[in-house]
Amino acid sequence: MKAEYTITVYTENQVGLLNRIAIIFSRRKINIESLNVSPSEAEGIHRFTVVINETEEVVRKLCRQIEKQIEVLKAYFNTNEEIIWQEMALYKVSTDEVAEKLKVERLLREYGARAVVIRKDYTIFETTGHREETDRLVEVLAPYGLIEFVRSARVAIIKASKGFHEKLKEFEAVEPAEELIENEFLDKADQVFTM
Amino acid sequence: MNTVNTEIESKNKTAILNPPLQGGQGGELSGSQAVLEACIAEGVDTIFGYPGGAIMPIYDALYDYNDQLKHILVRHEQGGIHAGQGYARSSGKVGVVFATSGPGATNLVTGLADAMIDSTPLVCITGQVFAHLLGTDAFQETDVINITTPVTKWNCQVTDAAEIPHVLSKAFYIARTGRPGPVLIDITKNAQIQKFNYEGYIKCDHIRSYRPKPIIRKEYIEQAAALINQAKKPFVLFGQGIILGKAEKEFKAFIEKGGLPAAWTILGLSALPTDHPQNVGMLGMHGNYGPNVLTNECDVLIAIGMRFDDRVTGRLDKYAKQAKIIHLDIDPAEIDKNVKADVPVWGDCKETLPMLTQLIEAKQHTAWLAKFNEYTQQEIDIVIQEELHPKEGEITMGEVIHLLNELTNGDAIIVTDVGQHQMVACRYAKFNQSKSNVTSGGLGTMGFALPAAIGAKFGAMDRTVVAVIGDGGFQMTLQEMGTIMQTELNVKILILNNRFLGMVRQWQQLFNDKRYSFVDIQSPDYVQLAKAYGIAGQSVDDRTILKSALKTMLEHNGSYLLEVMVGKENNVFPMVPQGCSVSEIRLK
Repeated sequence: MKAEYTITVYTENQVGLLNRIAIIFSRRKINIESLNVSPSEAEGIHRFTVVINETEEVVRKLCRQIEKQIEVLKAYFNTNEEIIWQEMALYKVSTDEVAEKLKVERLLREYGARAVVIRKDYTIFETTGHREETDRLVEVLAPYGLIEFVRSARVAIIKASKGFHEKLKEFEAVEPAEELIENEFLDKADQVFTM
Repeated sequence: MNTVNTEIESKNKTAILNPPLQGGQGGELSGSQAVLEACIAEGVDTIFGYPGGAIMPIYDALYDYNDQLKHILVRHEQGGIHAGQGYARSSGKVGVVFATSGPGATNLVTGLADAMIDSTPLVCITGQVFAHLLGTDAFQETDVINITTPVTKWNCQVTDAAEIPHVLSKAFYIARTGRPGPVLIDITKNAQIQKFNYEGYIKCDHIRSYRPKPIIRKEYIEQAAALINQAKKPFVLFGQGIILGKAEKEFKAFIEKGGLPAAWTILGLSALPTDHPQNVGMLGMHGNYGPNVLTNECDVLIAIGMRFDDRVTGRLDKYAKQAKIIHLDIDPAEIDKNVKADVPVWGDCKETLPMLTQLIEAKQHTAWLAKFNEYTQQEIDIVIQEELHPKEGEITMGEVIHLLNELTNGDAIIVTDVGQHQMVACRYAKFNQSKSNVTSGGLGTMGFALPAAIGAKFGAMDRTVVAVIGDGGFQMTLQEMGTIMQTELNVKILILNNRFLGMVRQWQQLFNDKRYSFVDIQSPDYVQLAKAYGIAGQSVDDRTILKSALKTMLEHNGSYLLEVMVGKENNVFPMVPQGCSVSEIRLK
């Protein structure tokens, strides 16, 4: 059964790696719903957050293909229940419209929005949240002439993750320590998929 | 020259050439020299390549390194990379290929894809336009890194000479370790020219984000051994992993102790001598009868260093469903990719096999092994006898290979192209030692054999190399006869000419109502063509002189081209038709 999965990939900072990871999906004709690249908690390590709609089996195989890339340290995949995630959206509307027809204050309160810029000609609101939440404000603003709308990729934190610092130390050791042996075949109970 | 300098010079006598190091810290070297120093430090002796504008500085430096690095000038970059593959496959070392930017680099793509899917260790170095011209559509500029990303294990562009030693040490390390594969390094012309302070070459032995060998888990070894010990009908499938892992001895000890029948994929061929009593034959679409049928009867299937290619498995949902699957592989991504493993044994088979051998009981599975032989007998009666010993009619490909076996006694390296002759050669060729079968398996690259045979010969100069090629494949890369001419190499070219693109014709006959659509291919006079390249040869269509013609070919001092006119519409059987289960294999 297909479901929304968030894939978190820890990588080295290397030109061309984005392409290497992206083609793993495109080769199999899998659409990436959302992609974010950012620094991670560990210095010098980048963190890719990829959202796709696929079956667990496919996602598991994709993660193995991703980990196979030389500059990838680790790829995890998680269902929505296993992560905390946010997306950010920006909305540009005519200041006259919102000021006259819609109480700005009401918007800010009801949708947890923030006014980033208020100019004579336009106002920019910002919200963060899940897609349904950011979408709701689009609907509300649409009748008042939404000039521009943009939403960011998903960023996600894995609930069960202890961060990457410790893991990174293990990778830096020439001979990997015994205790880092992990296995997805036996350790099903583990909430976080690791390879 | 001060004393420190002299000391360093004497220490690195072979590693440091031109110019001599200028100080205790190392010396001024150009990027191009650093490339060649890296090759020498990595033990490279042969480079296959073709010069061009953007790689000229490296070729200029090569002029001074001629006594340490043998450069083979090929006739096309595709020939260069296939030669590199052949070299790697026969020698077990990393193949090195040079090409220029633009078309030089794009001509490598087929070979890269071939090496990627067949796990062949290569380091390809391509020239690139000056860094300041990148992205300007400069002359012979192409985005090599992005073009080659899906077909390389790793690739990297270098724009600063100082990065060269480090990047090349990574390249060689990545190419040869773990599951081997092709690596491409694209070096801009400015970096080749640029002088920098060379501090010596340090071989790479660790990359933090790359773990070539997964850690072996003992419990899986134990589980696998328990399954094997309980098995009544265990069956081993082995692939190139045995050869790449240099674990031929360990593998033989394993199957001999367990009394396990073993069948091979075409890349695994020659890892175990073909006449070993437990070698039950070839897997897959044109494999042997017994191994295919009995895949669906065994109770424990032990796959070693093979990847369950669709040509091996046939229809997956009817593949070995009754069996417990043990899968040994160095690449974690192969486990469960096509066939779900009950016991995954990650790791280098050089290490896992002895562990497993220790835990399994010494056994004989006589009755079970006899079952393979029963199927072999049926296959002999219906297919093999007629193929190898036809009494009349046109010459068959099988009888040519059979006679070749008699003359080489299984000691030659056989390089095959792609198609009917490849299947026949793999089915019937005899091999006594490992790294003797060189073929394009995963990608199925027609035109592979001739250049790969050139490379294979350079990788094993003391061995006889016979390139068995169809009339279609030969016409794809026959310009490499020029390379043979210039290098005065001794390669035997055996063309099995059926005047058709035989494999496609076979399918058209069997599945497309004999609608022979564009498979009727004409050939030039190959003997005349060879003669033009200074290669002796003859063409044979008479059975009575076939053996002596093969003998002449093998005994000829130098390269030789023998064309054998074989049956026009002969088919390769047995055959697992596409979409069928392996047990639905047809004998005719």
